[in-house]
Amino acid sequence: MHDDPAVSVSGLFKSYAGVPAVRGISFDIAPGETFALLGPNGAGKTSTIEILEGYRKRTAGHVNVLGFDPGENCREFRECIGLVLQSTALEPELTVIETVTAFSQFYPEPLRVEGLLKTVGLADRRDNRVRTLSGGQQRRLEIALGLIGNPEVVFLDEPTTGLDPDARAGVWHLIRKLSQKGKTVILSSHHMEEVEALAHRLAILVAGKICASGTVADLLHEFGGHSRFSFWWPFDQLPYNLPPALGSLHHGHDNWVSFSVAEPGKALVQLTGWAHHYGVNLDSLTITKPTLEDIYLSLTGARQKSGGPDR
Amino acid sequence: MLVKQIQYQLMLFFRRPAALFFVIVMPVVLLALLTQILGNDPIPGQTTTSAQFYTPALAVFGVVTACFTYLAVSTATSRDQGILKRIRGTPLPPSVYMTARIISVTVIALISAALVIASGVIFLDVEMQWDKAVAGLFILVTGGLSFAALGMMVVALCRSSETVQAVVNATLLPLAFLSEIFIRPGRELPDWMIWTADFFPLKHFSVALGNAFKPSLEGYGFTWTDADDAFSVLPEFLILLAWGLFAGVIAVRFFKWDVRL
Ligand SMILES: Nc1ncnc2c1ncn2[C@@H]1O[C@H](COP(=O)(O)OP(=O)(O)OP(=O)(O)O)[C@@H](O)[C@H]1O
Ligand SMILES: [Mg+2]
Repeated sequence: MHDDPAVSVSGLFKSYAGVPAVRGISFDIAPGETFALLGPNGAGKTSTIEILEGYRKRTAGHVNVLGFDPGENCREFRECIGLVLQSTALEPELTVIETVTAFSQFYPEPLRVEGLLKTVGLADRRDNRVRTLSGGQQRRLEIALGLIGNPEVVFLDEPTTGLDPDARAGVWHLIRKLSQKGKTVILSSHHMEEVEALAHRLAILVAGKICASGTVADLLHEFGGHSRFSFWWPFDQLPYNLPPALGSLHHGHDNWVSFSVAEPGKALVQLTGWAHHYGVNLDSLTITKPTLEDIYLSLTGARQKSGGPDR
Repeated sequence: MLVKQIQYQLMLFFRRPAALFFVIVMPVVLLALLTQILGNDPIPGQTTTSAQFYTPALAVFGVVTACFTYLAVSTATSRDQGILKRIRGTPLPPSVYMTARIISVTVIALISAALVIASGVIFLDVEMQWDKAVAGLFILVTGGLSFAALGMMVVALCRSSETVQAVVNATLLPLAFLSEIFIRPGRELPDWMIWTADFFPLKHFSVALGNAFKPSLEGYGFTWTDADDAFSVLPEFLILLAWGLFAGVIAVRFFKWDVRL
Protein backbone atom coordinates (compact mmCIF):
# COMPACT_ATOMS: atom_id res chain seq x y z
CA MET A 1 0.00 0.00 0.00
CA HIS A 2 1.47 3.30 -1.07
CA ASP A 3 -0.88 5.69 0.67
CA ASP A 4 -0.10 7.22 4.01
CA PRO A 5 -1.64 5.19 6.77
CA ALA A 6 -5.12 6.30 7.82
CA VAL A 7 -4.22 5.71 11.43
CA SER A 8 -0.77 5.58 12.83
CA VAL A 9 0.28 4.96 16.40
CA SER A 10 3.82 4.88 17.63
CA GLY A 11 5.21 4.43 21.10
CA LEU A 12 1.84 5.18 22.66
CA PHE A 13 1.79 5.31 26.45
CA LYS A 14 -1.17 6.00 28.68
CA SER A 15 -1.26 5.95 32.43
CA TYR A 16 -4.01 6.83 34.85
CA ALA A 17 -2.76 8.58 37.98
CA GLY A 18 0.62 6.96 37.48
CA VAL A 19 -0.79 3.48 36.81
CA PRO A 20 0.15 2.43 33.28
CA ALA A 21 -2.66 1.10 31.10
CA VAL A 22 -1.02 1.26 27.66
CA ARG A 23 2.72 0.71 27.58
CA GLY A 24 4.30 1.69 24.33
CA ILE A 25 2.29 0.28 21.47
CA SER A 26 2.76 0.97 17.77
CA PHE A 27 0.75 0.07 14.71
CA ASP A 28 -0.32 1.52 11.37
CA ILE A 29 -3.65 1.03 9.67
CA ALA A 30 -3.85 1.51 5.92
CA PRO A 31 -6.82 3.32 4.35
CA GLY A 32 -9.60 0.86 3.72
CA GLU A 33 -8.25 -1.66 6.15
CA THR A 34 -10.23 -3.24 8.99
CA PHE A 35 -8.05 -3.57 12.06
CA ALA A 36 -9.07 -5.40 15.21
CA LEU A 37 -7.83 -5.01 18.76
CA LEU A 38 -8.19 -8.11 20.89
CA GLY A 39 -7.31 -8.60 24.50
CA PRO A 40 -8.64 -9.48 27.92
CA ASN A 41 -10.63 -7.06 30.06
CA GLY A 42 -8.47 -4.17 31.13
CA ALA A 43 -5.85 -4.78 28.43
CA GLY A 44 -6.08 -1.20 27.20
CA LYS A 45 -8.28 -1.48 24.11
CA THR A 46 -10.71 1.25 25.09
CA SER A 47 -7.89 3.47 26.32
CA THR A 48 -6.18 3.18 22.93
CA ILE A 49 -9.36 3.70 20.94
CA GLU A 50 -10.47 6.69 22.98
CA ILE A 51 -7.07 8.32 22.56
CA LEU A 52 -7.49 7.91 18.80
CA GLU A 53 -11.02 9.37 19.05
CA GLY A 54 -9.72 12.43 20.87
CA TYR A 55 -11.44 11.70 24.17
CA ARG A 56 -8.40 10.90 26.26
CA LYS A 57 -5.02 12.54 26.46
CA ARG A 58 -2.04 10.31 25.81
CA THR A 59 0.79 10.23 28.31
CA ALA A 60 3.46 9.83 25.63
CA GLY A 61 3.91 8.76 22.03
CA HIS A 62 2.54 9.83 18.67
CA VAL A 63 -0.85 9.23 17.15
CA ASN A 64 -2.21 10.41 13.85
CA VAL A 65 -5.63 9.88 12.35
CA LEU A 66 -6.11 11.05 8.74
CA GLY A 67 -3.39 13.61 9.26
CA PHE A 68 -4.99 15.03 12.41
CA ASP A 69 -3.67 14.89 15.93
CA PRO A 70 -6.75 13.60 17.78
CA GLY A 71 -5.53 15.34 20.94
CA GLU A 72 -6.42 18.68 19.35
CA ASN A 73 -9.94 17.41 18.76
CA CYS A 74 -10.84 19.95 16.09
CA ARG A 75 -14.13 20.00 14.26
CA GLU A 76 -12.74 18.90 10.87
CA PHE A 77 -11.32 15.83 12.58
CA ARG A 78 -14.64 14.90 14.15
CA GLU A 79 -16.37 15.38 10.81
CA CYS A 80 -14.41 12.54 9.27
CA ILE A 81 -14.58 10.01 12.08
CA GLY A 82 -17.50 7.96 13.31
CA LEU A 83 -17.63 6.14 16.58
CA VAL A 84 -19.44 3.61 18.70
CA LEU A 85 -18.49 3.82 22.35
CA GLN A 86 -18.19 0.73 24.52
CA SER A 87 -21.07 1.78 26.77
CA THR A 88 -24.42 2.88 25.49
CA ALA A 89 -25.06 6.63 25.50
CA LEU A 90 -28.47 7.54 24.13
CA GLU A 91 -31.15 10.06 25.02
CA PRO A 92 -34.00 7.84 26.31
CA GLU A 93 -36.83 10.29 25.57
CA LEU A 94 -36.10 10.83 21.89
CA THR A 95 -37.46 8.49 19.23
CA VAL A 96 -35.19 6.48 16.97
CA ILE A 97 -35.73 8.73 13.97
CA GLU A 98 -35.29 11.90 16.04
CA THR A 99 -32.02 10.61 17.44
CA VAL A 100 -30.53 9.80 14.06
CA THR A 101 -31.88 13.00 12.50
CA ALA A 102 -30.37 15.06 15.32
CA PHE A 103 -26.97 13.50 14.70
CA SER A 104 -27.23 13.82 10.92
CA GLN A 105 -27.43 17.59 11.36
CA PHE A 106 -23.95 17.65 12.87
CA TYR A 107 -22.22 16.42 9.72
CA PRO A 108 -21.60 18.14 6.39
CA GLU A 109 -22.51 15.15 4.21
CA PRO A 110 -24.63 12.73 6.19
CA LEU A 111 -26.14 9.50 4.90
CA ARG A 112 -29.87 9.31 4.36
CA VAL A 113 -31.56 8.67 7.68
CA GLU A 114 -34.30 6.34 6.47
CA GLY A 115 -31.91 4.26 4.44
CA LEU A 116 -29.51 3.89 7.33
CA LEU A 117 -32.30 2.80 9.68
CA LYS A 118 -33.22 0.13 7.17
CA THR A 119 -29.61 -1.01 6.99
CA VAL A 120 -29.34 -1.46 10.76
CA GLY A 121 -32.76 -3.08 10.91
CA LEU A 122 -34.56 -0.39 12.89
CA ALA A 123 -36.89 0.91 10.20
CA ASP A 124 -39.93 -0.59 11.94
CA ARG A 125 -38.99 1.03 15.25
CA ARG A 126 -38.40 4.49 13.83
CA ASP A 127 -41.07 6.20 15.92
CA ASN A 128 -40.40 4.36 19.17
CA ARG A 129 -38.77 6.08 22.10
CA VAL A 130 -35.20 4.95 22.65
CA ARG A 131 -36.00 3.83 26.20
CA THR A 132 -38.44 1.25 24.85
CA LEU A 133 -35.82 -0.44 22.67
CA SER A 134 -34.10 -3.63 23.73
CA GLY A 135 -30.39 -3.54 24.54
CA GLY A 136 -29.46 -4.95 21.16
CA GLN A 137 -31.71 -2.50 19.34
CA GLN A 138 -30.09 0.37 21.21
CA ARG A 139 -26.72 -0.98 20.13
CA ARG A 140 -27.85 -0.99 16.52
CA LEU A 141 -29.02 2.59 16.90
CA GLU A 142 -25.59 3.53 18.20
CA ILE A 143 -24.01 1.87 15.21
CA ALA A 144 -26.30 3.96 13.01
CA LEU A 145 -25.10 7.09 14.85
CA GLY A 146 -21.52 6.05 14.26
CA LEU A 147 -22.12 5.79 10.52
CA ILE A 148 -24.56 8.66 9.88
CA GLY A 149 -21.81 11.17 9.10
CA ASN A 150 -20.40 8.93 6.35
CA PRO A 151 -17.00 8.93 8.07
CA GLU A 152 -13.66 7.93 6.56
CA VAL A 153 -12.52 6.21 9.75
CA VAL A 154 -14.89 4.31 12.02
CA PHE A 155 -14.06 3.31 15.59
CA LEU A 156 -16.15 0.46 16.94
CA ASP A 157 -15.51 -0.43 20.59
CA GLU A 158 -17.10 -3.86 21.05
CA PRO A 159 -19.95 -3.01 18.65
CA THR A 160 -21.68 -6.37 18.77
CA THR A 161 -21.87 -6.96 22.52
CA GLY A 162 -25.45 -7.76 23.37
CA LEU A 163 -26.54 -8.47 19.82
CA ASP A 164 -28.39 -11.63 18.84
CA PRO A 165 -26.78 -13.79 16.12
CA ASP A 166 -28.97 -12.27 13.42
CA ALA A 167 -28.16 -8.74 14.40
CA ARG A 168 -24.51 -9.62 14.73
CA ALA A 169 -24.49 -11.03 11.22
CA GLY A 170 -26.18 -7.81 10.12
CA VAL A 171 -23.46 -5.71 11.71
CA TRP A 172 -20.77 -7.88 10.17
CA HIS A 173 -22.38 -7.34 6.81
CA LEU A 174 -22.41 -3.60 7.49
CA ILE A 175 -18.75 -3.55 8.44
CA ARG A 176 -17.83 -5.51 5.33
CA LYS A 177 -19.74 -3.02 3.21
CA LEU A 178 -17.90 -0.16 4.90
CA SER A 179 -14.68 -1.87 4.08
CA GLN A 180 -15.73 -2.35 0.46
CA LYS A 181 -16.49 1.36 0.27
CA GLY A 182 -12.89 1.97 1.27
CA LYS A 183 -13.55 3.04 4.86
CA THR A 184 -11.02 2.34 7.55
CA VAL A 185 -12.42 0.43 10.51
CA ILE A 186 -10.91 -0.01 13.96
CA LEU A 187 -12.72 -2.65 15.90
CA SER A 188 -12.34 -4.06 19.36
CA SER A 189 -13.93 -7.35 20.16
CA HIS A 190 -13.97 -10.37 22.42
CA HIS A 191 -15.34 -12.59 19.66
CA MET A 192 -12.70 -14.48 17.73
CA GLU A 193 -15.04 -15.47 14.93
CA GLU A 194 -15.92 -11.82 14.50
CA VAL A 195 -12.30 -10.87 14.14
CA GLU A 196 -11.61 -13.78 11.82
CA ALA A 197 -14.60 -12.81 9.70
CA LEU A 198 -13.88 -9.10 9.48
CA ALA A 199 -10.38 -8.02 10.24
CA HIS A 200 -7.64 -7.76 7.66
CA ARG A 201 -5.17 -7.46 10.48
CA LEU A 202 -5.33 -7.60 14.23
CA ALA A 203 -3.28 -6.97 17.32
CA ILE A 204 -3.56 -8.87 20.58
CA LEU A 205 -3.11 -6.57 23.52
CA VAL A 206 -2.16 -7.96 26.90
CA ALA A 207 -1.58 -5.67 29.88
CA GLY A 208 -1.05 -2.66 27.65
CA LYS A 209 1.41 -4.26 25.25
CA ILE A 210 0.94 -5.78 21.82
CA CYS A 211 2.04 -9.40 22.14
CA ALA A 212 1.10 -10.45 18.62
CA SER A 213 -0.05 -8.70 15.47
CA GLY A 214 -0.58 -9.36 11.81
CA THR A 215 -3.15 -11.09 9.65
CA VAL A 216 -5.02 -14.07 11.04
CA ALA A 217 -2.91 -16.29 8.76
CA ASP A 218 0.28 -14.66 10.04
CA LEU A 219 -0.69 -15.42 13.60
CA LEU A 220 -1.72 -18.96 12.85
CA HIS A 221 1.61 -19.50 11.18
CA GLU A 222 3.69 -17.81 13.83
CA PHE A 223 2.03 -19.03 17.00
CA GLY A 224 -0.14 -21.92 15.99
CA GLY A 225 2.37 -24.55 14.86
CA HIS A 226 0.48 -27.35 16.55
CA SER A 227 -2.46 -29.36 15.30
CA ARG A 228 -4.97 -30.78 17.68
CA PHE A 229 -5.79 -34.51 17.74
CA SER A 230 -8.72 -35.62 19.76
CA PHE A 231 -10.79 -38.76 20.10
CA TRP A 232 -13.16 -40.39 22.51
CA TRP A 233 -11.77 -42.86 25.08
CA PRO A 234 -12.31 -43.30 28.83
CA PHE A 235 -9.51 -41.25 30.22
CA ASP A 236 -8.42 -43.56 33.05
CA GLN A 237 -8.27 -46.60 30.76
CA LEU A 238 -5.79 -45.03 28.40
CA PRO A 239 -2.76 -47.30 27.73
CA TYR A 240 0.36 -45.75 29.21
CA ASN A 241 2.91 -45.89 26.47
CA LEU A 242 1.50 -43.27 24.20
CA PRO A 243 3.25 -42.74 20.87
CA PRO A 244 6.02 -40.13 21.31
CA ALA A 245 4.99 -38.01 18.32
CA LEU A 246 1.66 -37.26 19.97
CA GLY A 247 3.58 -35.16 22.43
CA SER A 248 2.04 -34.16 25.67
CA LEU A 249 -1.39 -35.32 26.64
CA HIS A 250 -3.84 -32.63 27.48
CA HIS A 251 -6.26 -33.41 30.17
CA GLY A 252 -9.39 -34.96 28.84
CA HIS A 253 -12.89 -33.65 29.26
CA ASP A 254 -15.80 -36.07 29.53
CA ASN A 255 -13.51 -38.81 28.26
CA TRP A 256 -12.35 -36.76 25.31
CA VAL A 257 -8.60 -37.15 24.97
CA SER A 258 -6.67 -34.56 23.06
CA PHE A 259 -3.11 -33.82 22.08
CA SER A 260 -1.33 -30.81 20.78
CA VAL A 261 0.83 -32.14 17.99
CA ALA A 262 3.86 -30.57 16.30
CA GLU A 263 4.31 -33.13 13.49
CA PRO A 264 0.87 -34.32 12.48
CA GLY A 265 2.06 -36.70 9.71
CA LYS A 266 4.38 -38.66 11.93
CA ALA A 267 1.91 -38.59 14.80
CA LEU A 268 -0.85 -39.96 12.64
CA VAL A 269 1.25 -42.96 11.57
CA GLN A 270 2.26 -43.72 15.17
CA LEU A 271 -1.26 -43.16 16.47
CA THR A 272 -2.90 -45.61 14.12
CA GLY A 273 -0.30 -48.33 14.88
CA TRP A 274 -0.66 -47.75 18.60
CA ALA A 275 -4.44 -47.76 18.47
CA HIS A 276 -4.49 -50.97 16.48
CA HIS A 277 -2.08 -52.62 18.93
CA TYR A 278 -4.00 -51.69 22.08
CA GLY A 279 -7.46 -51.96 20.63
CA VAL A 280 -8.25 -48.30 21.06
CA ASN A 281 -11.08 -47.50 18.75
CA LEU A 282 -10.24 -43.81 18.04
CA ASP A 283 -13.93 -42.97 18.15
CA SER A 284 -14.69 -39.58 16.64
CA LEU A 285 -11.07 -38.91 15.83
CA THR A 286 -10.61 -35.35 14.68
CA ILE A 287 -7.55 -33.45 13.60
CA THR A 288 -8.07 -29.72 13.67
CA LYS A 289 -5.90 -26.79 12.88
CA PRO A 290 -5.39 -24.35 15.74
CA THR A 291 -7.91 -21.54 15.80
CA LEU A 292 -7.36 -17.90 16.53
CA GLU A 293 -9.00 -18.63 19.87
CA ASP A 294 -6.36 -21.22 20.73
CA ILE A 295 -3.64 -18.72 19.95
CA TYR A 296 -5.42 -16.00 21.84
CA LEU A 297 -5.85 -18.17 24.89
CA SER A 298 -2.27 -19.33 24.86
CA LEU A 299 -0.99 -15.76 24.50
CA THR A 300 -3.22 -14.26 27.15
CA GLY A 301 -2.55 -17.12 29.52
CA ALA A 302 -6.23 -17.57 30.16
CA ARG A 303 -5.97 -21.31 29.63
CA GLN A 304 -3.67 -21.97 32.55
CA LYS A 305 -5.47 -19.59 34.85
CA SER A 306 -8.98 -20.72 34.20
CA GLY A 307 -8.10 -24.40 34.65
CA GLY A 308 -11.04 -25.13 32.44
CA PRO A 309 -11.39 -28.01 30.00
CA ASP A 310 -9.02 -28.14 27.11
CA ARG A 311 -10.65 -28.50 23.76
CA MET B 1 -27.73 24.58 14.22
CA LEU B 2 -28.23 26.44 17.50
CA VAL B 3 -31.95 26.81 16.85
CA LYS B 4 -32.27 23.07 16.13
CA GLN B 5 -30.47 22.23 19.35
CA ILE B 6 -32.71 24.56 21.34
CA GLN B 7 -35.73 22.84 19.80
CA TYR B 8 -34.42 19.43 20.83
CA GLN B 9 -33.77 20.59 24.39
CA LEU B 10 -37.25 22.10 24.65
CA MET B 11 -38.78 18.94 23.24
CA LEU B 12 -36.95 16.86 25.83
CA PHE B 13 -38.19 19.10 28.62
CA PHE B 14 -41.78 18.73 27.53
CA ARG B 15 -41.34 14.95 27.48
CA ARG B 16 -40.26 14.83 31.11
CA PRO B 17 -43.45 14.95 33.18
CA ALA B 18 -41.67 15.37 36.51
CA ALA B 19 -39.67 18.33 35.26
CA LEU B 20 -42.74 19.83 33.66
CA PHE B 21 -44.59 19.57 36.96
CA PHE B 22 -41.91 21.13 39.13
CA VAL B 23 -40.98 23.93 36.77
CA ILE B 24 -44.31 24.87 35.20
CA VAL B 25 -47.08 23.67 37.49
CA MET B 26 -45.53 23.93 40.94
CA PRO B 27 -45.06 27.74 41.10
CA VAL B 28 -48.71 28.28 40.13
CA VAL B 29 -49.85 25.75 42.71
CA LEU B 30 -47.73 27.45 45.38
CA LEU B 31 -49.18 30.83 44.42
CA ALA B 32 -52.70 29.45 44.83
CA LEU B 33 -51.84 27.79 48.14
CA LEU B 34 -50.02 30.70 49.73
CA THR B 35 -52.63 33.27 48.81
CA GLN B 36 -55.37 30.91 50.03
CA ILE B 37 -53.65 30.21 53.35
CA LEU B 38 -52.60 33.77 54.06
CA GLY B 39 -55.63 35.46 52.53
CA ASN B 40 -55.36 38.01 49.78
CA ASP B 41 -55.66 41.07 52.02
CA PRO B 42 -53.26 43.99 51.98
CA ILE B 43 -49.98 43.18 53.71
CA PRO B 44 -49.84 45.00 57.07
CA GLY B 45 -47.96 48.26 56.73
CA GLN B 46 -48.09 48.10 52.95
CA THR B 47 -50.75 48.95 50.49
CA THR B 48 -50.53 45.83 48.35
CA THR B 49 -52.22 42.45 48.59
CA SER B 50 -50.33 39.25 49.28
CA ALA B 51 -50.89 38.17 45.67
CA GLN B 52 -49.13 41.35 44.56
CA PHE B 53 -46.14 40.12 46.60
CA TYR B 54 -46.34 36.37 45.92
CA THR B 55 -46.85 36.61 42.16
CA PRO B 56 -43.41 38.04 41.37
CA ALA B 57 -41.85 35.98 44.18
CA LEU B 58 -43.12 32.70 42.74
CA ALA B 59 -42.30 33.82 39.21
CA VAL B 60 -38.73 34.11 40.45
CA PHE B 61 -39.04 30.70 42.07
CA GLY B 62 -40.17 29.23 38.74
CA VAL B 63 -37.29 30.87 36.91
CA VAL B 64 -34.79 29.54 39.43
CA THR B 65 -36.31 26.06 39.34
CA ALA B 66 -35.88 26.04 35.56
CA CYS B 67 -32.51 27.73 35.23
CA PHE B 68 -30.83 26.35 38.32
CA THR B 69 -32.48 23.11 39.44
CA TYR B 70 -33.64 21.71 36.11
CA LEU B 71 -30.57 22.79 34.15
CA ALA B 72 -28.18 21.35 36.73
CA VAL B 73 -30.01 18.07 37.26
CA SER B 74 -30.75 17.41 33.59
CA THR B 75 -27.21 18.24 32.52
CA ALA B 76 -25.70 16.04 35.23
CA THR B 77 -28.06 13.22 34.27
CA SER B 78 -27.05 13.50 30.62
CA ARG B 79 -23.45 13.38 31.72
CA ASP B 80 -24.11 10.24 33.81
CA GLN B 81 -25.78 8.65 30.79
CA GLY B 82 -22.74 9.35 28.62
CA ILE B 83 -24.76 11.61 26.35
CA LEU B 84 -22.47 14.60 26.85
CA LYS B 85 -19.47 12.45 26.02
CA ARG B 86 -21.15 11.14 22.88
CA ILE B 87 -22.05 14.68 21.75
CA ARG B 88 -18.45 15.72 22.36
CA GLY B 89 -17.39 13.13 19.78
CA THR B 90 -19.44 14.75 17.01
CA PRO B 91 -18.62 17.89 15.04
CA LEU B 92 -21.26 19.88 16.93
CA PRO B 93 -19.29 22.66 18.64
CA PRO B 94 -19.50 22.13 22.41
CA SER B 95 -20.26 25.80 22.91
CA VAL B 96 -23.32 25.53 20.66
CA TYR B 97 -24.60 22.56 22.61
CA MET B 98 -24.18 24.23 25.99
CA THR B 99 -25.59 27.53 24.78
CA ALA B 100 -28.64 25.67 23.48
CA ARG B 101 -29.18 24.03 26.86
CA ILE B 102 -28.93 27.39 28.62
CA ILE B 103 -31.17 29.26 26.19
CA SER B 104 -33.76 26.50 26.34
CA VAL B 105 -34.00 26.65 30.13
CA THR B 106 -34.28 30.42 29.91
CA VAL B 107 -37.20 30.05 27.51
CA ILE B 108 -38.77 27.52 29.88
CA ALA B 109 -38.20 29.93 32.77
CA LEU B 110 -39.99 32.71 30.93
CA ILE B 111 -42.92 30.42 30.17
CA SER B 112 -43.14 29.48 33.85
CA ALA B 113 -42.92 33.10 34.99
CA ALA B 114 -45.50 34.20 32.42
CA LEU B 115 -47.91 31.55 33.69
CA VAL B 116 -47.50 32.63 37.31
CA ILE B 117 -47.96 36.28 36.45
CA ALA B 118 -50.93 35.59 34.21
CA SER B 119 -52.57 33.52 36.97
CA GLY B 120 -51.98 36.31 39.45
CA VAL B 121 -53.46 38.92 37.15
CA ILE B 122 -56.45 36.84 36.09
CA PHE B 123 -57.44 35.15 39.34
CA LEU B 124 -55.94 37.23 42.14
CA ASP B 125 -56.41 40.79 40.96
CA VAL B 126 -52.72 41.47 40.64
CA GLU B 127 -52.09 44.85 39.09
CA MET B 128 -49.65 44.79 36.19
CA GLN B 129 -47.24 47.71 36.25
CA TRP B 130 -46.68 48.11 32.54
CA ASP B 131 -44.21 50.97 32.88
CA LYS B 132 -41.96 48.65 34.91
CA ALA B 133 -42.43 45.61 32.67
CA VAL B 134 -39.32 46.13 30.56
CA ALA B 135 -37.07 46.28 33.61
CA GLY B 136 -38.96 43.31 35.06
CA LEU B 137 -38.36 41.24 31.93
CA PHE B 138 -34.76 42.36 31.89
CA ILE B 139 -34.20 41.18 35.44
CA LEU B 140 -36.03 37.90 34.75
CA VAL B 141 -33.71 37.10 31.87
CA THR B 142 -30.48 38.23 33.53
CA GLY B 143 -31.43 36.58 36.81
CA GLY B 144 -32.24 33.39 34.91
CA LEU B 145 -28.88 33.43 33.15
CA SER B 146 -27.08 34.12 36.40
CA PHE B 147 -28.76 31.12 38.04
CA ALA B 148 -28.00 29.03 34.95
CA ALA B 149 -24.33 29.82 35.54
CA LEU B 150 -24.73 28.79 39.17
CA GLY B 151 -26.39 25.55 38.06
CA MET B 152 -23.55 24.77 35.70
CA MET B 153 -21.10 25.53 38.49
CA VAL B 154 -22.76 22.88 40.64
CA VAL B 155 -22.59 20.39 37.75
CA ALA B 156 -18.92 21.19 37.23
CA LEU B 157 -18.08 20.69 40.90
CA CYS B 158 -20.04 17.46 41.51
CA ARG B 159 -19.40 14.06 39.98
CA SER B 160 -22.85 12.47 39.87
CA SER B 161 -26.39 13.60 39.24
CA GLU B 162 -27.41 12.40 42.72
CA THR B 163 -24.93 14.78 44.30
CA VAL B 164 -26.03 17.59 42.03
CA GLN B 165 -29.65 17.01 42.97
CA ALA B 166 -28.81 17.03 46.67
CA VAL B 167 -26.69 20.18 46.47
CA VAL B 168 -29.24 22.03 44.38
CA ASN B 169 -32.14 21.26 46.71
CA ALA B 170 -30.15 21.84 49.86
CA THR B 171 -29.16 25.30 48.68
CA LEU B 172 -32.33 26.48 46.98
CA LEU B 173 -35.04 25.52 49.48
CA PRO B 174 -33.61 27.05 52.67
CA LEU B 175 -32.60 30.17 50.76
CA ALA B 176 -36.07 30.50 49.32
CA PHE B 177 -37.45 30.80 52.85
CA LEU B 178 -34.96 33.53 53.74
CA SER B 179 -35.14 35.39 50.44
CA GLU B 180 -38.65 36.81 50.42
CA ILE B 181 -40.09 34.07 48.28
CA PHE B 182 -42.12 31.78 50.51
CA ILE B 183 -42.26 34.14 53.48
CA ARG B 184 -43.35 37.69 52.86
CA PRO B 185 -41.42 40.39 54.69
CA GLY B 186 -42.91 41.89 57.80
CA ARG B 187 -41.69 39.57 60.47
CA GLU B 188 -38.43 40.47 62.15
CA LEU B 189 -35.76 37.95 61.14
CA PRO B 190 -32.56 37.38 63.12
CA ASP B 191 -29.62 39.38 61.77
CA TRP B 192 -27.68 36.36 60.60
CA MET B 193 -30.59 35.28 58.45
CA ILE B 194 -30.77 38.67 56.85
CA TRP B 195 -27.04 38.72 56.23
CA THR B 196 -27.12 35.25 54.72
CA ALA B 197 -29.98 36.20 52.46
CA ASP B 198 -28.28 39.46 51.48
CA PHE B 199 -25.11 37.60 50.60
CA PHE B 200 -26.66 35.12 48.18
CA PRO B 201 -28.24 36.22 44.89
CA LEU B 202 -31.74 34.83 45.35
CA LYS B 203 -33.10 37.60 47.54
CA HIS B 204 -31.80 40.30 45.21
CA PHE B 205 -33.55 38.55 42.36
CA SER B 206 -36.89 38.36 44.18
CA VAL B 207 -36.64 41.91 45.51
CA ALA B 208 -35.89 43.30 42.04
CA LEU B 209 -38.86 41.57 40.43
CA GLY B 210 -41.02 42.28 43.49
CA ASN B 211 -40.30 46.00 43.09
CA ALA B 212 -41.48 45.82 39.51
CA PHE B 213 -44.90 44.92 40.96
CA LYS B 214 -45.07 47.65 43.60
CA PRO B 215 -47.46 50.42 42.64
CA SER B 216 -45.84 52.73 45.22
CA LEU B 217 -42.54 52.89 43.34
CA GLU B 218 -41.86 55.32 40.53
CA GLY B 219 -39.75 55.04 37.39
CA TYR B 220 -38.77 52.62 34.63
CA GLY B 221 -36.12 50.85 36.65
CA PHE B 222 -32.94 51.80 34.84
CA THR B 223 -31.74 54.63 37.03
CA TRP B 224 -29.19 54.99 39.79
CA THR B 225 -30.91 56.54 42.75
CA ASP B 226 -31.16 56.27 46.50
CA ALA B 227 -34.66 57.61 46.74
CA ASP B 228 -37.00 55.34 48.71
CA ASP B 229 -39.86 55.59 46.29
CA ALA B 230 -37.80 55.10 43.13
CA PHE B 231 -37.84 51.86 41.16
CA SER B 232 -34.43 50.60 40.06
CA VAL B 233 -33.28 47.11 39.19
CA LEU B 234 -29.69 48.11 38.53
CA PRO B 235 -28.18 47.43 42.00
CA GLU B 236 -29.70 43.95 42.06
CA PHE B 237 -28.67 43.42 38.47
CA LEU B 238 -25.06 44.12 39.38
CA ILE B 239 -25.13 41.57 42.19
CA LEU B 240 -26.71 38.95 39.94
CA LEU B 241 -24.15 39.74 37.26
CA ALA B 242 -21.29 39.32 39.72
CA TRP B 243 -22.60 35.97 40.92
CA GLY B 244 -23.22 34.85 37.35
CA LEU B 245 -19.70 35.75 36.24
CA PHE B 246 -18.13 34.14 39.30
CA ALA B 247 -20.10 30.92 38.79
CA GLY B 248 -19.54 30.96 35.04
CA VAL B 249 -15.78 31.18 35.43
CA ILE B 250 -15.73 28.26 37.85
CA ALA B 251 -18.09 26.24 35.66
CA VAL B 252 -15.96 26.74 32.56
CA ARG B 253 -12.80 25.99 34.47
CA PHE B 254 -13.94 22.73 36.07
CA PHE B 255 -16.61 21.38 33.75
CA LYS B 256 -15.99 17.90 32.37
CA TRP B 257 -17.96 16.18 29.61
CA ASP B 258 -17.32 12.85 31.27
CA VAL B 259 -16.15 12.58 34.85
CA ARG B 260 -14.32 9.31 34.15
CA LEU B 261 -11.91 10.77 31.64
N1 LIG C 1 -10.68 6.60 33.58
C1 LIG C 1 -9.84 5.70 34.12
N2 LIG C 1 -9.24 5.96 35.28
C2 LIG C 1 -8.37 5.10 35.82
N3 LIG C 1 -8.04 3.93 35.27
C3 LIG C 1 -8.59 3.60 34.11
C4 LIG C 1 -9.52 4.46 33.47
N4 LIG C 1 -9.91 3.88 32.32
C5 LIG C 1 -9.27 2.71 32.26
N5 LIG C 1 -8.48 2.53 33.33
C6 LIG C 1 -7.61 1.36 33.57
O1 LIG C 1 -6.82 1.15 32.44
C7 LIG C 1 -6.75 -0.22 32.12
C8 LIG C 1 -7.20 -0.44 30.69
O2 LIG C 1 -8.58 -0.15 30.58
P1 LIG C 1 -9.37 -0.20 29.21
O3 LIG C 1 -10.73 0.30 29.47
O4 LIG C 1 -8.57 0.47 28.17
O5 LIG C 1 -9.41 -1.78 28.93
P2 LIG C 1 -10.15 -2.60 27.80
O6 LIG C 1 -9.11 -3.36 27.08
O7 LIG C 1 -11.01 -1.72 26.99
O8 LIG C 1 -11.03 -3.60 28.66
P3 LIG C 1 -12.50 -4.21 28.40
O9 LIG C 1 -12.33 -5.42 27.54
O10 LIG C 1 -12.94 -4.57 29.76
O11 LIG C 1 -13.32 -3.14 27.78
C9 LIG C 1 -7.59 -0.95 33.15
O12 LIG C 1 -6.72 -1.49 34.11
C10 LIG C 1 -8.43 0.11 33.77
O13 LIG C 1 -8.64 -0.14 35.13
MG1 LIG D 1 -12.97 -1.61 26.63
